[in-house]
Amino acid sequence: MALNLASRGNASPESTFDLRTQLGSLELQSPVLTASGCAAAGRELDNYFDITAIGGIVTKSIMLAPRSGRATPRMAETPSGMLNSIGLQGPGVESFLETDLAWLQQRGARTIVSIAGGTADEFGKVAAKLRVAGGFDAIEVNISCPNVEDRGQVFACRADTSAQIIQTVRRNSDNKIPIFAKLSPDVTDIVEIATSVSQAGATGVSVINTLLGMVIDTQTMRPALAGVTGGLSGPAIRPIAVRCIWQIRSALPNLPIIGMGGVRTGHDALEMVLAGANAISVGTSIFNDPMAPMRIQKELEQELRNRGFESLTQAISFAHREVSEAVIEDETGESKDESERDWDFISE
Amino acid sequence: MSVGASEGANSGAIQVNGEVLDVQRTGKYFLMSVTAPGITERARPGQFVTIGIGGEESSMVLRRSFAIQGVQARGMYGGTLDFVVSPVGKGTQWLTKLRRHDPLNLVGPLGKPFTLPTKPVTCVLVGGGYGAAPLIMLAQALRERGCRVDTIIGASTEEKLYGGLDLKRVSTSLTLATEDGTAGIRGRVTDGLIDTLNSSKVDVVYACGPMSMLASVAEECTTRKIFSQCSVEESMACGIGVCMTCVLPVIGEDGVTRMLRSCVEGPIFRGDRVRWADIGTIPEGTWGGEGLRSWR
Repeated sequence: MALNLASRGNASPESTFDLRTQLGSLELQSPVLTASGCAAAGRELDNYFDITAIGGIVTKSIMLAPRSGRATPRMAETPSGMLNSIGLQGPGVESFLETDLAWLQQRGARTIVSIAGGTADEFGKVAAKLRVAGGFDAIEVNISCPNVEDRGQVFACRADTSAQIIQTVRRNSDNKIPIFAKLSPDVTDIVEIATSVSQAGATGVSVINTLLGMVIDTQTMRPALAGVTGGLSGPAIRPIAVRCIWQIRSALPNLPIIGMGGVRTGHDALEMVLAGANAISVGTSIFNDPMAPMRIQKELEQELRNRGFESLTQAISFAHREVSEAVIEDETGESKDESERDWDFISE
Repeated sequence: MSVGASEGANSGAIQVNGEVLDVQRTGKYFLMSVTAPGITERARPGQFVTIGIGGEESSMVLRRSFAIQGVQARGMYGGTLDFVVSPVGKGTQWLTKLRRHDPLNLVGPLGKPFTLPTKPVTCVLVGGGYGAAPLIMLAQALRERGCRVDTIIGASTEEKLYGGLDLKRVSTSLTLATEDGTAGIRGRVTDGLIDTLNSSKVDVVYACGPMSMLASVAEECTTRKIFSQCSVEESMACGIGVCMTCVLPVIGEDGVTRMLRSCVEGPIFRGDRVRWADIGTIPEGTWGGEGLRSWR
């Protein structure tokens, strides 16, 4: 049965669909972004699809100094996912500005620069260098880094350390630049962290980062990764991401949310949008399909059309609506009897 | 057959849907022939393809990479490509169970190819196990340039040797080596290489096989000041240069060691540039290595 929602008509399939989304002051033509660490700085992917045709590129986290990353093995495949321990290999902010950001700017891609650091001071310095250089649209703050001054505890695990980093980045950034705090799901109460970073000056949040996991190689009978533990990503973690988005959206109805975690299809992207995401980042799926962001954008559009939405915005947080708000009509356009509809939800 | 082909701008790699034409058992391995329109025309010796495993809803999210053994750019299938699979894991086992006309998703050709000499020089090709596969396409290209091609392939035992028949056809000479003596000389492939290097003038050595073999080949060549190119097999996640999984320590022209990606900066590296003994570590002095700390 076609489920038509009374308040919305069907957009004709020929017309251009309105996929625009708003992240604070930043308007994107599409909600589909690349996830940090899964797209480098966009250049390699531009070989497979036009990177200016999606919402934007979220770069691999950049630190103050060049970084070799960890020893190999850095990766292990897991059921519907993978574990990684790359260790933020990167060229350092100076080289990033000169080559990667310059290229993205010249290419005309919307760019969200992900930054990382071992101390609040390092985050601040990276942000300050970005402010001087300009030429990007937003900052995503990777607070899932080990705190050098606190036994390697990741900042994102606690509300106070998360807020401290965001405050520092905010202080060192242009007031107009949207700042997104990328949250770890490995916390007791993600809403508490989201609330504290929001109060500390974050425009919004990116949820979720990888979950800490581990694989033992049963051949060598040693940890599979040189770094011992690693970040779990891929479709396996998607329900956790949807839950986190849902909880934050419930508590903070107006906070911009970039949703991520195992998005593989437009259907998966829609799920996150319905849960409350204003945008979606595609990560591990890029490793499986280098055209994934473009494909997912097209699929998401189709999923939205199929459900009678006229724009992406209409679908954001739609799963949070009161059930009584949804007037469900049958083909004749008549509303079903209230009581009959209620009984639809009961299965025994 | 080439549904949804997308052409890249810089590297020339594309993603295409192809199909299986043939799966043939050969010793411990499987030779797979597939259609890969658009990839076959671009492929050069030493490059590789990645293949999606298990279909669209697969729980195996990472592609597997395979060195290209040979291509036919034309013909009734619009371009076919051969590669060899060693079915050691779930993904490779799934692949070898495919049958004629089963669909496959390929990305390629990926990586830097072998550098070919501009003059008709003397080349030695060294292959360990199924690492001999890309040497077939390489030997053909070298012979077309008028090079002498002496090929040495080895394995622990005869059924792990690969490509002997094809390599015999395309090489000037072929030597086999098995550790258990079931075929050819008894010993390692590097024993055969040392004999060749000691008895004749060699200009270039090309090698593909396990890391330990590559390390020995590179060492023998470097001490004799012979130019060597090694094709490494590092485990990869993306194959296209975005994930930073497949890195190894390589010395640059400036003398600085960097962690380079074998998928885009390799898989072919100069033997004298790779820090073979330090693979699996971040050696002292590596570019950006200072910031590294362990919290274990």
